[in-house]
This record gives sequence, C-alpha cells and structure tokens, in this order.
Amino acid sequence: MEHYLSLFIRSIFVENLALAFFLGMCTFLAVSKKIETALGLGIAVIVIQAITVPLNNLIYEYLLRDGALAWAGMPDVDLSFLGLISYIGVIAAMVQIIEMAMDKYTPALYNALGIFLPLITVNCAILGGTLFMVERDYNLAESAVFGVGSGLGWALAITAIAGIREKLKYSDVPDGLQGLGITFITTGLMALGFMAFSGIQL
Amino acid sequence: MASEARANVVNPLINNNPIMLQVLGICSALAVTTNMMAALMMSIALTAVITFSSLFISMIRHHIPTNIRIIVQMTIIASLVIIVDQLLKAFAYDASKQLSVFVGLIITNCIVLGRAEAYAMKNPPMMSMLDGLGNGLGYSLLLMAVAFFRELLGSGSVFGYQVLAVANEGGWYVPNGMMLLPPSAFFVIGLMIWAVRSWKPEQVEKPEYQIHQVHRTETL
Repeated sequence: MEHYLSLFIRSIFVENLALAFFLGMCTFLAVSKKIETALGLGIAVIVIQAITVPLNNLIYEYLLRDGALAWAGMPDVDLSFLGLISYIGVIAAMVQIIEMAMDKYTPALYNALGIFLPLITVNCAILGGTLFMVERDYNLAESAVFGVGSGLGWALAITAIAGIREKLKYSDVPDGLQGLGITFITTGLMALGFMAFSGIQL
Repeated sequence: MASEARANVVNPLINNNPIMLQVLGICSALAVTTNMMAALMMSIALTAVITFSSLFISMIRHHIPTNIRIIVQMTIIASLVIIVDQLLKAFAYDASKQLSVFVGLIITNCIVLGRAEAYAMKNPPMMSMLDGLGNGLGYSLLLMAVAFFRELLGSGSVFGYQVLAVANEGGWYVPNGMMLLPPSAFFVIGLMIWAVRSWKPEQVEKPEYQIHQVHRTETL
C-alpha cells in the first residue's frame, strides 16, 4: 500500500509531467489564459490518462512485449516495435469514445470542454505517460496509480499557471517579453518551486 | 516558384520560427537540451520525420476524407517515427537510451501535425516537403542554441569537449548546476524570445490589458 501511495505522490509532485518533463507544453502554454478552461482541460486529461495508461499496459503486457503472445502459442514473437503506433491508436480511439459517451450522458461537461477533448489526442502528456509506464515496467496496478497521479499533476500545474497568468496581464511587462516570453519565465520559476519536492521519499 | 521554395525553407528559421512564434513543439524542445549531442540527434530525427511526413501527406491529400484526416496523418507520422526509432536503436544505441521516451514523443510533437494540417493538406508535395524541411531546421536551430548555452554554462563543454576549465579539475570556471536542471530551459528560451523580439519588434505581441499610462503621455 505504501508503495502505491509513494508512487502516487511522486507522480503528482516530484515527477510532474508538465514541470519536470515538459510534456504537454504546447497545450500548457496555449490554453492557460483562463482558470475555467484550464481546469476543464485538466479534468479531461485526468480522465483520459486514468483510462489509457492501464489500457496500454494491458496491450503491452499481453500483445506486444517479448514473449507476450505465449498464451496464443507464439512464444517467440516480439512485437514491441509496434508499440508507438498501437499506443497512439488506443489514445485516439479512447478520446473519440469518451467524446461520444460524454456527449450522450453528460452534455454539460461535454459542452464545457468543447474543442479541448479532440486536442487531447496530440497532447504529449498522454503519450508520454504511456511511454514512461513502458520504460519503467509498471504492472497493471502501478500503471493505474501512475495514470491518475500524473494526470492530476498535469491538471494542477496548468490550473496554477492559469491563475498566475490571469494576474500577470495587469502587470507592466517589457515589450519583448510580452505574452509568450514572460509565460516561459513564469513556468521556469514554477518548475523551480516544484523542484523543492524532489528527493521526498514516503 | 523558386522564390516561394526559398521562402518556405528560410522563413521558419527566424521570421516565423515554429517554437518562438507559432508556439509549437515545445514539449521536446526543453527536455533534450542539456547537452548538444542529444539535441543534435533529436534535431536530425525530427527534421527527417517532418520532411517526409509533409511529403507523404501532401501526396495523398486528395484521397484523405476530411473527418478522419487526423487518424490518417497520425498513422503516417507514427510509422515514420517507428522507422527513426528503430534506426537509432540499431546504429546509435547510447543516444537512443539518452533520448528515452522523447523519440516516441515526436509523434505528438505539434510541429509535425501542425505543418501537416496547415500546409501539407493544401499544397503540392515538393513545396510541402520544403516547408517541412524549413520548419524542422527552425526547430533544430533553436534546439541547438538552447543546448549550446545549457551545456556551456552547465558543464563548461561544447559537444562534450571541455571549453571552460572547470573548477573541481583545477580550472577557474565554477559550473552553474542549475543550467542542467529543467527550469533553466524555460529561462533560456524566455530570454531568447526577448532577444529576438528586441531585434525584430514586429514580432512583439499586443498586451491584453493596457495599463493606465499617466506618466508616459508625453512620450506617446
């Protein structure tokens, strides 16, 4: 149990996908002007991440890895080179399915998220989470915890930067730094802040 | 025709740099820039993928149904990335270990998909290929510049060769450890954006909110 708790805390704070690995930066910088939209996108990322990481873990474990097809009588087959294309396929399909399900059952949330849902397919944080799961050899339970935690960490980071940017527009920024430049530097300072969590062992 | 081709390659370098102006492809730009060798590998990989993905997508652009175009583009890009990934594993194993997941993340690099959507879907193959090449080079230029500063100030070397004599080996330069940590990449890119925009003021963004300028009226 402690192992999972430690993994959960680590994936939220210490190994924050946005601020320690720079994943999902394009959306992070582009969609962080308002707190509400940032929060909506963050929730969508948590949901997709929580579903796709364990799902891709199952695919890797039972279809792709070296010797995984032993249950089908083919113990010598190694399909791990097909990893990238299967993961992105799963992610694109999942996003599409969730979009349709939300449209039918929770139209309010669907409308609130709007165009951000399809955009999640190309969010590097989602594919990155899956690739880290494969690289670190998580099992199913660990990958579920990691999926939720890393999604939560990303949502936390984008909401925080949106809050800062809402205040930032009232400040007197030098012309050349206006917009993108100052956002980069603010994100850098936030990343420094998050580094204070590094080395925490639970 | 020739001038358009030239513009396609040259414009994305400074005037319309994918990272500094279009805000695309930042995800990987930051993580692989602690040393120049890794950044060079990443640049070559990305430039190869974007050049060929633009070419192929543009070749079949009349046959792609609009509502499933993202999936089709993704499949082409993912196949190219798999080729690059396998080549790296075969011929440059250490580099591929160092880049870890970031080679795979070229698939979701917004530059590749962004150029496919914005240019390759509407233009003939040769032009799209050059546009892809130009954007790949613009990305590489910025990546190499960031990696140069981070490696020089962080470990006193360039491409692994010691340039500044480091203090703990008897030299004079005390390495700035922060340059090797993630946050410094943001600072370096932020400052570079500032420098480029001071040089080319037409790139400056309009502030969203005008501060009440009482004391500056005489200068306006």
